Amino acid sequence: MDTSFSEADLLFRDEVKNFFSSAYDASLQKQFESFNTYKDAVIEWQKRLYKQGWIAPNWPVKYGGTGWSSTQKFIFEDERASAGIREVMPFGLGMVGPVIYTFGNEKQKEHFLPRILKSEDWWCQGYSEPGSGSDLASLKTRAEDDGDHYVVNGSKIWTSFAQYADWIFCLVRTSTEGKKQAGISFLLIDMRTDGIKVNPIISIDNHHSLNEVEFVDVRVPKENLIGEENKGWTYAKSLLAHERTGIAGVADTKRALFNAQELARREINGGKALLENPLFQKRLSDIEIELLALEFTELRVLASVASGGAPGAESSLLKIKGTEMQQAVQEIMMEIAAHYQGVLDTEHSSEVIGHEFGSSARRAYLYGRAATIYGGSNEIQKNVIAKAVLGLE
Amino acid sequence: MNFDFTEEQVMLRESITRFIQEDYKFDERRRISKSSSGIDKEVWKTFAQLGWLSIPFSENSGGFGGGPVDVSVIMEEFGKGLVLEPYLPTVLLFGGLINSAGNEEQCSDLLPKIIEGDLFGAFAYLERQSRYELTDVMTKVESHSEGFILDGEKVVVLNGLNASKLIVSARTSGDQFDREGISLFLVSADADGVDRVSYQMMDGQMVSNFRFNNVSLGTNSLIGSLGEGSELIERVVREATVAISAEALGIMGELNRKTLEYSKTRKQFGSAIGSFQVLQHRMVDTFMAYEQVKSLLYRAVCGLAEDSDDMECIVHALKALVGKMGKQIFGEAIQIHGGMGITDELDIGHYAKRLMMINTTFGGEDYHQEKFNNLRYDYHSLA
Ligand SMILES: Cc1cc2nc3c(=O)[nH]c(=O)nc-3n(C[C@H](O)[C@H](O)[C@H](O)COP(=O)(O)OP(=O)(O)OC[C@H]3O[C@@H](n4cnc5c(N)ncnc54)[C@H](O)[C@@H]3O)c2cc1C
Ligand SMILES: Cc1cc2nc3c(=O)[nH]c(=O)nc-3n(C[C@H](O)[C@H](O)[C@H](O)COP(=O)(O)OP(=O)(O)OC[C@H]3O[C@@H](n4cnc5c(N)ncnc54)[C@H](O)[C@@H]3O)c2cc1C
Repeated sequence: MDTSFSEADLLFRDEVKNFFSSAYDASLQKQFESFNTYKDAVIEWQKRLYKQGWIAPNWPVKYGGTGWSSTQKFIFEDERASAGIREVMPFGLGMVGPVIYTFGNEKQKEHFLPRILKSEDWWCQGYSEPGSGSDLASLKTRAEDDGDHYVVNGSKIWTSFAQYADWIFCLVRTSTEGKKQAGISFLLIDMRTDGIKVNPIISIDNHHSLNEVEFVDVRVPKENLIGEENKGWTYAKSLLAHERTGIAGVADTKRALFNAQELARREINGGKALLENPLFQKRLSDIEIELLALEFTELRVLASVASGGAPGAESSLLKIKGTEMQQAVQEIMMEIAAHYQGVLDTEHSSEVIGHEFGSSARRAYLYGRAATIYGGSNEIQKNVIAKAVLGLE
Repeated sequence: MNFDFTEEQVMLRESITRFIQEDYKFDERRRISKSSSGIDKEVWKTFAQLGWLSIPFSENSGGFGGGPVDVSVIMEEFGKGLVLEPYLPTVLLFGGLINSAGNEEQCSDLLPKIIEGDLFGAFAYLERQSRYELTDVMTKVESHSEGFILDGEKVVVLNGLNASKLIVSARTSGDQFDREGISLFLVSADADGVDRVSYQMMDGQMVSNFRFNNVSLGTNSLIGSLGEGSELIERVVREATVAISAEALGIMGELNRKTLEYSKTRKQFGSAIGSFQVLQHRMVDTFMAYEQVKSLLYRAVCGLAEDSDDMECIVHALKALVGKMGKQIFGEAIQIHGGMGITDELDIGHYAKRLMMINTTFGGEDYHQEKFNNLRYDYHSLA
């Protein structure tokens, strides 16, 4: 057992740090903060990462990955978070890309993978449906065989960033025989096809990232089917494995906690800094203590994957604990912002109103409620652990 | 001992329930929250006609002569309807201060206008640096022969946008954190030297920051005695804290009720999600949380009515519990609604946001728990 960094790792860290500080400049940061320029900011940042060759550390080298060790990946994530830089959009790079290089045919790989790496296509994920959330396998969106095309009818919901998307990867029903999981296929659909309608859903934080996507007689060429018909569930499940690195978001939570600590130093209540308040300290340290552990839980999982182990239900543990920690820090930020957590206004500067982080704390906290719901709710993740780890039926 | 409401209180509750169900449906409330003033002045007039604005004022001021129980009935029902109209700032805070400390002229001028629904008031007590501390006051007032000069800033003033009159806490002597030396002044919101910036909060209410640049005030603008405002503030805030706790209880009840209903209709894996034991137990927990808040609220309401000695402690305990249980209840409500709980369309998120704002009004969970600890666990007095 040895958890220290080698000389080479330390050099790598400097290289990563230098890159982030020069490539992620203040004007890009500003672009990220406004919803109007958000999409462009994402694409611009991802192009810069691509140019550096670091856009897809988790992909195999032959498809554009970096070939880094798990320690290097850890360092990369840690430095990214410390620099206050968000993760890349997961839908192309973390989700459909790996499905395509693992289960797609040569033509699909040649066409889609470079476009994903270069951020030329914006992808969205069309899994959930109004009647099929936690029970995803009950999904009803149909794809009917029509010669060299499928005809797709149905609707998807909660589709994040569908309004920006060029492509959507969907789970669709191609058979109603046998087990519900056995009649699902994995289909790539061009968002510009006739018959697709995107209806916005405004979320609790007053923003628009969610959508309902309707399909009415949408004709999809069969060449857009991944792998075999009715095997889509298997592909979708294996995709989860690729979401695992950083799923707990420890690096970002650590940075957020540090940030909270600094802000609490400046907040004075009745002449005493909030950071001196024993109740507040207890809130902070409860989180920090669990984070110290979670960081190593994540490393243990990464190390086991690197040595060929198949990560199973550990990812559920990372997801549950990780999202709980994220929400706990978001709550701390609300505590620090006090009254100013409510500020909705965008018209007046924070200087006029009196607080620079109230609004962003509110947005993070409100949208952050979703982290225990999406990607398999925490209740579902606990069901997985109960069954797969503890052997309970 | 008796936990029953009087016949009049039951009727009051029913009339508000009816108003909300018929005239203040969620869509109507949404329309009002998007209007430029954030409130509906016609609705306010209706409140006046129904006598709701007169409830806490004494009969010789033209009021109904109600007490804390009546106020808590109103606020609980307003909570259920997420009522945006400024009952707390105008009637309970502004009206409460005038009623308890105003001189004859102030009372006879202002209270009838409040009761008739002709005056919106606000209480400006927070400052940029003050967080939740009521006695952290830097806004200054200098006395001179013909009156006073007010200079400073107040922030997040509830109902600031619509208020024509303000009561401002200001320092007439002492240092920033001193409890002594704070006085209350009546200020016209459009007086010379008053700058107002208004903005909306996540629960829909419009609040303001006020900057006072050497504003001249007449001798009759002082409320209560010079330098003795802290006690007045503490008393009115204590009563108002109980009142918004009642509002919070109304919200908690609605969140629990709606979540329970949803869990019986939403099906996944072929069953209503309410059939999953883990969700059942969590709804049992939020049911118990609601009952605990209700009990402590009743304890506080009765304590206020009877003016009992331990009120300070009880109110800190109540507000701490409201903060903690509120988070638990809206957290579960959102979680159990799944994606639906994250939408702006559903009312669940709006109830949650109002609870969050209630948690920050007059101090959050930790603030009150610390005050409670300081009162209860004083090492030296226990020894
Ligand atoms: C912000 C956000 C972004 C999203 N982005 C996408 C996206 O891009 N693409 C996409 O396809 N989907 C997306 N989703 C959808 C997400 O995956 C679903 O919301 C999630 O699967 C839960 O489904 P549901 O909302 O229908 O809730 P339901 O499944 O109805 O669940 C309601 C509640 O019941 C609980 N529950 C359900 N079954 C059980 C059980 N067996 N035992 C115990 N408890 C149970 C749940 O945990 C939850 O608390 C997103 C959701 C959100 C909120
Ligand atoms: C100190 C003590 C004094 C007692 N005195 C008396 C007495 O005077 N007279 C008498 O008749 N009995 C007495 N009992 C027995 C007591 O009533 C039983 O222990 C109790 O009913 C639980 O039964 P059990 O021990 O068989 O546990 P089990 O019923 O086997 O339960 C084991 C665990 O499973 C949980 N569990 C069981 N069913 C469910 C479910 N459907 N959902 C979720 N969780 C579940 C339980 O909550 C418990 O945690 C006493 C017990 C103790 C410990």
